[in-house]
Amino acid sequence: MIVLDRVTRVFNSRDGDQIVALRDVSLEIAANEFVTLVGPSGCGKSTLLRIVAGLALPTTGEAAIAGAPIREPRPETGIVFQAPTLLPWASVLDNVLFPLRMMHRMDSGSADKATALLKLVGLAGFEKKSPRELSGGMQQRVAICRALVHEPDILLMDEPFGALDALTREEMTLELLRIWSERPKTVLFVTHSITEAVMLADRVVVMSPRPGRVAEIVDVGAPRPRSFDNEADPAFHEATQRIRQLIFGQKHASSSRASS
Amino acid sequence: MPVQAAPLPEKPRKRPSAAVHEVVVPLLVTLAAFLVWEIICRLFKVPEFLVPAPSRIWVDTIAIAPTVLADTAATLKTVMLGFLVSIIISLPLAVMLTASPTIAGALYPFLVWTQSIPKVALAPILVVVMGSNELPRVVITVLVAFFPLVISSATGLMSVPPELIELSRACRASKWSELWRIRLPYAIPYIFSGLKVAISLAVVGAVVAEFVNADAGLGFLIATSTAFFKVPVAFGALIVLSVMGVVLFQLVVIAERIFFPWSSGNTPVTS
Repeated sequence: MIVLDRVTRVFNSRDGDQIVALRDVSLEIAANEFVTLVGPSGCGKSTLLRIVAGLALPTTGEAAIAGAPIREPRPETGIVFQAPTLLPWASVLDNVLFPLRMMHRMDSGSADKATALLKLVGLAGFEKKSPRELSGGMQQRVAICRALVHEPDILLMDEPFGALDALTREEMTLELLRIWSERPKTVLFVTHSITEAVMLADRVVVMSPRPGRVAEIVDVGAPRPRSFDNEADPAFHEATQRIRQLIFGQKHASSSRASS
Repeated sequence: MPVQAAPLPEKPRKRPSAAVHEVVVPLLVTLAAFLVWEIICRLFKVPEFLVPAPSRIWVDTIAIAPTVLADTAATLKTVMLGFLVSIIISLPLAVMLTASPTIAGALYPFLVWTQSIPKVALAPILVVVMGSNELPRVVITVLVAFFPLVISSATGLMSVPPELIELSRACRASKWSELWRIRLPYAIPYIFSGLKVAISLAVVGAVVAEFVNADAGLGFLIATSTAFFKVPVAFGALIVLSVMGVVLFQLVVIAERIFFPWSSGNTPVTS
């Protein structure tokens, strides 16, 4: 579904330096696969997501979806950001419908579709509410509905639960799994949380920083449906340990190199 | 696990104490201030050509009520025309300033230039150029009032979270829909804080213009009555002007609350 072939992305910083955000990242994601990207800050996770979204172009290498190179944003991709960024003047329903409006794809069934999505995320009856009457978790649910309303086949999520408190975060993780099982999609999910990454993913892409590279891709063998009760499951434990090792092992290695 | 599905209960209406704080307390304080003023004038026998007592101001102003009314109407006309023209030129200017750095670079010097000229000095020149009519008065009013509106509107247009702009790009929306559906609504609280400054400045601008060139208006009334030492009338005109300023300001506040209820309450602090 999504193929990245030796993607490198270089930014020119303000003082003329070149910053390599991604170097030679190759990755293949199958249709309806759930892949999480995990790694320390500055490892290019968000850049990678933006390249798949078509919001940024690779400097060299190629990114393609279903065989077609990504040159601009494609309508069949949904995006969820860390902040819900709902429109404060619009009702919950209008916020969900917003992408359809922007794409001029509103029709008679749109409102029903949006209402059904809100019901799916447990927000039935909230259509007329204003975003500021909702809690952070509820706002992020609305943002997920907004990303799904145009029925994308790819869902890109950039630390969508990063701003939520720990309890809401676990709840939303399970919620996302449930939504994904009801409406299967190819999901690329960026996170800082190893537990979250393992709980959600079929495969976890562990990235290392400066320059952003794929350190290793870890398969999570744990069966679905999952819940936090299975956290003790050996498959979870194994994947979590491996990712921890990859991330913190590097950190120690690089710091010892720096000190020597 | 779904959260509570029932809609939240309606927000309680504004408590009566809020109305007391917003209306009753300021009125009482104002009345008390006038009372103290009156007492001091009588107690110390302040000459009325220096500071007249409120009762004297009232009597003298009411005596020429038709003139004062006509002058108020004339000033109000200048203020409103100047305010409207300010809005009409400020919003497109703000959009252009935020559209591209090149346009911003081209426009900024002119904007700063219009602000650095002392308007009182410019007024007589404008009268010579444009003639002794409403036009130079409105131009002066606009020059005094429009700048804060441009700046706060431009700030508002730039305040949109970058994620929403990316979302708009991801929807492949045109620049026009981005402006119309995202940037402008986002700028509403900023535009209104600019409007509040602009309406107050419009009153100032109108009076400045009337000092230089007018045959009616409250500024004209102040200029003529002080020339003849009719100080109570000048004070009367001053009070009418300040009431006009407060009422117009409050009308902007009310307009925001009625038309953009989501905006008032999270109005940003600018300028």
